[in-house]
Amino acid sequence: MQRYSVFAIAREAARHHTGWQRAWRDAAPKSRYDVVIVGAGGHGLATAFYLGRNFGITNVAVIDKGWLGGGNTGRNTTIIRSNYLQDSSAAIYERSRDLYETLSHELNYNVMFSPRGVMMLAQTEHELRGYQRTAHANALQGVETEIIGPERVKQLCPIMNIDGPRYPVLGALWQPRAGTARHDAVAWGYARACSDMGMDIIQNCEVTGIRSEGGRVSGVSTTKGEIACDKLGMVVAGHSGVLAEMAGFRLPIESVALQALVSEPIKPCMDVVVMANTVHGYLSQSDKGEMVIGGGTDGFVNYTQRGSFHHVEETVRALVETFPMLSRLKMLRQWGGIVDITGDRSPVLSKTPLEGCFINAGWGTGGFKAIPGSGWGFAELMARGHSPLCDEFGLERFREGRFIDESVAAGVAH
Amino acid sequence: MLILTCPCCGIAADETELSPGGEAHLTRHGPGSGDTDFEDYLFNRENARGVHFERWRHAHGCGKWFLAARDTVTMQVFGTYPAQTTEPPQEIRDRITKARPGWRWRDFGAAE
Repeated sequence: MQRYSVFAIAREAARHHTGWQRAWRDAAPKSRYDVVIVGAGGHGLATAFYLGRNFGITNVAVIDKGWLGGGNTGRNTTIIRSNYLQDSSAAIYERSRDLYETLSHELNYNVMFSPRGVMMLAQTEHELRGYQRTAHANALQGVETEIIGPERVKQLCPIMNIDGPRYPVLGALWQPRAGTARHDAVAWGYARACSDMGMDIIQNCEVTGIRSEGGRVSGVSTTKGEIACDKLGMVVAGHSGVLAEMAGFRLPIESVALQALVSEPIKPCMDVVVMANTVHGYLSQSDKGEMVIGGGTDGFVNYTQRGSFHHVEETVRALVETFPMLSRLKMLRQWGGIVDITGDRSPVLSKTPLEGCFINAGWGTGGFKAIPGSGWGFAELMARGHSPLCDEFGLERFREGRFIDESVAAGVAH
Repeated sequence: MLILTCPCCGIAADETELSPGGEAHLTRHGPGSGDTDFEDYLFNRENARGVHFERWRHAHGCGKWFLAARDTVTMQVFGTYPAQTTEPPQEIRDRITKARPGWRWRDFGAAE
């Protein structure tokens, strides 16, 4: 692999940038792999990367029906945080946040992790008490968060109106080492590292069937032919149900559309991430200067990757009270992605009824922040059959009533 | 925007007037049922990419529950029908079969 460095830039500048190589090989499928990962988004590529890095398994193919990072990896609002209530959630999200800190160095690819701080606004008494509980839980879990008052909120984010008539800001849950990263770069960085280890990344290759022999997975049928494998990882977010049906089992998941929008680029005015869960909108400013706004989900099953106007209206209307300056901004574009929601709003990282077939799904509206931790844990689960990070997130928890209930804890947004 | 005609009051309501109520035709298991039945009833969902049957409530209208048949990819609505039934009416199934030959959803499907 061609290393990226300041010297590489100088060298290429001297020869008019004629020597840059492709970041990863666009491979054609071989007939057999040890492991096939379906879904070349962040989670799938991270799983492949940690299979190679931590367990030396490099005969791996990552296949995708579209293009690399073209699903929810390229459609999220890039927020990274780990201030969750339940211990098992905090463990995997904090591992993930921690891995993000050094990810650019690890991958030799700048993922632009920016630990600018995330605040979750408390705009009702109930919400404030909920966040106080989360802050105490985080203290016990070793996740650095604190409750801050309205004055400190105003100091950190001067464009905010903290005395709104309907939803005054009563305080916030502040995580100083949370932040954002460049979402595409995370997928590209992992893809480059995987390709360098000899793994095949196969795009435009849709899975049309899952083959099994005697209750054990034996391969997948794809639009680019049959591919045999010992182990199969399904990491396809919104389309998990479609793949599970091919493998012959059901999931406690519903797929809905989640949407976001960005404004025209403006000068730097906000250097933190703000999540306002009562009014349901979240906001940060990208490096290009656009205000990135996350909205709500539809409440019904939906596979159309687009937004709807009334959600945009609701989100913007709610945010304008807390951020009055937004009322003057033009919105440039909006988009939607299909997110997979479970009953307890926690993910599924699990073995499945089909032996050798594993599933990583159900990240719902907050999968981007979890990419490195999810990949780390899921790779361990696939390689060893269990993983301390994933064991609580098994599919059987629904039948056994061992929920990891973040739906109550987090309100709406993840 | 999704528009569904409420079979109770006959009004063509858009989605801001309606509340989604999840998958339709679930078997409601009660005390004495096994763990697997409860898991199916409470958590497991068809989550179909394509033909889907679901519950809606005309929340900002007549307030009544009703059922709808819809395609989750194209948002095409095949029809709405009253909630007092355990399976979709034949007329709606025929309409779906015409538009989506070979469709299947849980125990229901196109006529052979």
